[in-house]
Amino acid sequence: MSNLKFLLQKEFKQIFRNKSLLPLIFVMPIIQLLVMPLAADYEIKNINISIVDHDKSPYSRLLISKITSSGYFKLSDYGESFKAAYDQIEKDKSDLILEIPVDFEKNLVRENSETLFIAVNAINGTKANLGGAYLQQIIGEFNAEVLLQWISPTRYNPSPQIDVASSNWFNPTMNYRFFMVPGILVFLVTMVGAYMCSLNIVKEKEVGTIEQINVTPIKKHEFILGKLIPFWVIGIVVFSIGLFFVARLIYGIVPVGSILLLYGFLAIYLIALLGVGLLISTYSETQQQAMSVAFFVMMIFLLMSGLFTPIESMPTWAKTIAEFNPVTYFIEVMRMVILKGSGFMDVTKHFKIMAAFALFFNTWAILNYRKTS
Amino acid sequence: MDKIVIKTDNLTKRFGDFIAVDTITFDVKEGEIFGFLGANGAGKTTAMRMLCGLSIPSSGEASIGGFDVYREREKIKKNIGYMSQKFSLYEDLTVAENIRFFGGIYGLDSQNLKIKSQEMIQSLGLESQKNKLVASLPLGWKQKLAFSVSIIHEPKIVFLDEPTGGVDPVTRRQFWDLIYTASERGITIFVTTHYMDEAEYCNRISMMVDGKIKAMDSPANLKSQFSAESMDEVFFELARGAQRKAD
Repeated sequence: MSNLKFLLQKEFKQIFRNKSLLPLIFVMPIIQLLVMPLAADYEIKNINISIVDHDKSPYSRLLISKITSSGYFKLSDYGESFKAAYDQIEKDKSDLILEIPVDFEKNLVRENSETLFIAVNAINGTKANLGGAYLQQIIGEFNAEVLLQWISPTRYNPSPQIDVASSNWFNPTMNYRFFMVPGILVFLVTMVGAYMCSLNIVKEKEVGTIEQINVTPIKKHEFILGKLIPFWVIGIVVFSIGLFFVARLIYGIVPVGSILLLYGFLAIYLIALLGVGLLISTYSETQQQAMSVAFFVMMIFLLMSGLFTPIESMPTWAKTIAEFNPVTYFIEVMRMVILKGSGFMDVTKHFKIMAAFALFFNTWAILNYRKTS
Repeated sequence: MDKIVIKTDNLTKRFGDFIAVDTITFDVKEGEIFGFLGANGAGKTTAMRMLCGLSIPSSGEASIGGFDVYREREKIKKNIGYMSQKFSLYEDLTVAENIRFFGGIYGLDSQNLKIKSQEMIQSLGLESQKNKLVASLPLGWKQKLAFSVSIIHEPKIVFLDEPTGGVDPVTRRQFWDLIYTASERGITIFVTTHYMDEAEYCNRISMMVDGKIKAMDSPANLKSQFSAESMDEVFFELARGAQRKAD
């Protein structure tokens, strides 16, 4: 085991001496954690709306003011011509058109019904969907108010209405950052771990020093441990910086559940992840190859992990991929423990699966790592 | 009779259809400086890698310091030193750190390590450079340091693969002084080179052509055998018949 001591000394010296790697490991994650959660926000605001108002009645104005005061919409155009509004959409200045017909007020009052027309620019699907949905909700509320004004409850019983009162558990203010920050932290630990680890080993191949190591009595497992342990430690440090400094101080996210549990899972997760890095390095001869392969694997890992898009809404085949993705489980555990306060019993399954991943990737990598050819 | 430390018998390495090393048989005695010559692509490095336990032979037998290259590679590794064609110290570690690292993994205890490293730095004249990164040293010094590091554990045999490539004549001369010193201590030297003046320094040399050993004797005997003035002529005489193109 004294070999391991010398290997670790060497490894840490090299890492801390690398002037370009060190900022990459410690500064980049902080910057990303500061920037990305602010940008990766699914709540859509500032939807540009063009309103074509043929009626210009008090009611139509009331509806318009309800829409603009909701905070979701920005009135980009107000007029009487649908064509002018359509031009706005074509120029991409507007996302939605709401057309209020002539006699909107009259028909609403006299005939108790009126049809509004909404046209949605569906190029940005998410924005269009949400915009349409928000608008319908606002119109629905408007409708209910009008109903109350005109149908006096004294004359006859109002039609029964269902009023839905919703409450958002575990994230009561629906703060998107609470949801994104833990996920992005996983993303960063993943990037740092897998990239750095595979590049580091391949560098020794490229420079030729691995040849020198291979003629020494260093055992295969010692060499591999000597490579994994430093990056395991770095992964934990990066995670801690993210969790305690950025998430807590900047975003005010304090894990509801046990921090020990998070670290326990992180420890196993990093072993699995470094196994992937090690595996990539055994298949690559140059750092460029390793980088390309690692990039490919990481993209799949991250996009299929439920970080940005919910796994539940993926097609079946994609769900299967997500199930074989270690990142998926860590993101789940992070969100469960940090937001919901889940305990060990709730994530036992995740622990077992992650341990299996760790065993699988590392066994494969070790079998594939050869001292001799 | 001198003890034999390297013994090969019809050692062969194939890569698919290509026979890189073709049934080579030779012995190297303890304390000998054995020159392993041949044109580029003749199979020298492949043969050497087999002897160091880096590559498994396709067929034939070989034993290094009494250990079998198939079954006892880990034991071989404890008893040999190796300096590869590529410079193989860590450029981002200092001179002292490299010595400490390689000494450490060869099992030198900290007491011994301290003495050894001091001795080595002194004999190489690197006192003022010992805390400088290896990357900042001139090539000649790097090579001398690499050689000293490769024998830090006093191995029985040291394998040197073109150790003086790209080094100026003065430094080469100094390098060979180091080799002689090591040889006097009883370390067997197995060296490949392209410099024929260096071949003259060897006790015995073998000439490899197209994966086969074409000639093997002392430099003087080889010269008289081929009625040549210098080793250069011997080399040309033998390498002329090569089928393989140099890479």
